[in-house]
Amino acid sequence: MNDAIEFLSGALLLLGSFLIFTGALGVLRFPDTLSRMHAAGVTETLATTLLLMGLMLLAGWSLVLLKLIMILLFILFTSPTSSHALAKAVWRHQEHETKGGRHD
Amino acid sequence: MKHTVSISALLATIWLANSGHYTGLLLSFGVVSVALVVWVCHRMDVVDHESQPIHLTRHLPRYYSWLVVQIIISNIDVVKRIWLGSSTISPGTRRFPVGQKTDIGRVVYANSINLTPGTISVELSDSEVLVHGLTQANLNDLDAGEMSRRVDQLEK
Amino acid sequence: MLAVTTFTLLLVMAMAMVRGFAGPSIFDRVLAANLFGTKTVLLIAVLGFLFGRPEFLDIALLYALMNFISVIAILRYFEHTQKAEEGRSADE
Repeated sequence: MNDAIEFLSGALLLLGSFLIFTGALGVLRFPDTLSRMHAAGVTETLATTLLLMGLMLLAGWSLVLLKLIMILLFILFTSPTSSHALAKAVWRHQEHETKGGRHD
Repeated sequence: MKHTVSISALLATIWLANSGHYTGLLLSFGVVSVALVVWVCHRMDVVDHESQPIHLTRHLPRYYSWLVVQIIISNIDVVKRIWLGSSTISPGTRRFPVGQKTDIGRVVYANSINLTPGTISVELSDSEVLVHGLTQANLNDLDAGEMSRRVDQLEK
Repeated sequence: MLAVTTFTLLLVMAMAMVRGFAGPSIFDRVLAANLFGTKTVLLIAVLGFLFGRPEFLDIALLYALMNFISVIAILRYFEHTQKAEEGRSADE
């Protein structure tokens, strides 16, 4: 039973690592800021969830499990807010630039 | 009143989960700090149905289980495009009408758009949301209105 | 597996640094900083398990809070300085 849990947590950790690496690769590869944010989104939703779930399996039934759940919920609740704020700032900036261009 | 109870219960849970020491002295510190935070929240007038949306609780499990599936599907799609390279993406922005009547419905909708990789809500107003999509297919999926319909159901 | 995950996280943080230094716009740097911050939270949590010290999770939680606040604060700052500049250029 313990072996099965360890194997499952190892698999989750590996998959999460792969997704995080992919997200970072996307941040490096994609051509513009807003597209890069989609890549960053991959690391913030599914990859984080998988990694923390892998750790949860290692933690077993204890306070550590509750703390991991709190970290996960906090990241899941805040990441859309910060990416919305960032996207809005980028958009405002781009609009400002194009307006400035027409002005000249 | 029920919102005060729910915020107190939430704060108490957070305290108990983080402390790990259950002696009389520390528990009384916990009670004092929970009371202090609830009092400050009342002064700031943020204890209401918006900060504590308990009326949504009944419909939430169904919405979340649908959202998790969507997040996994769109993650796989974006991961595929990252490995295939920039030639497979066609970024674009589009405006969508927002049918949700309450602020909380609109915020849930915009946050769900952000949580699924491939779409980001850029600007949210009372009647419209501006969405940036990684591909036109992502924007078309959102245009089909499945997500909006499910948030509507959540509001009821 | 924990060692592999730690290594990947360090690699990803290095990649975020590359994006942060390469820019080109200020928002790319903020995005890189945000990515770096989220990965730091995960790294602290994984290291806690690797060293067998789950107390690290408290630090990870605190770092998650700080990361969110700092990103919002930086964006607010740039939004307002931009508005101030707009106002100044309109006056001229």
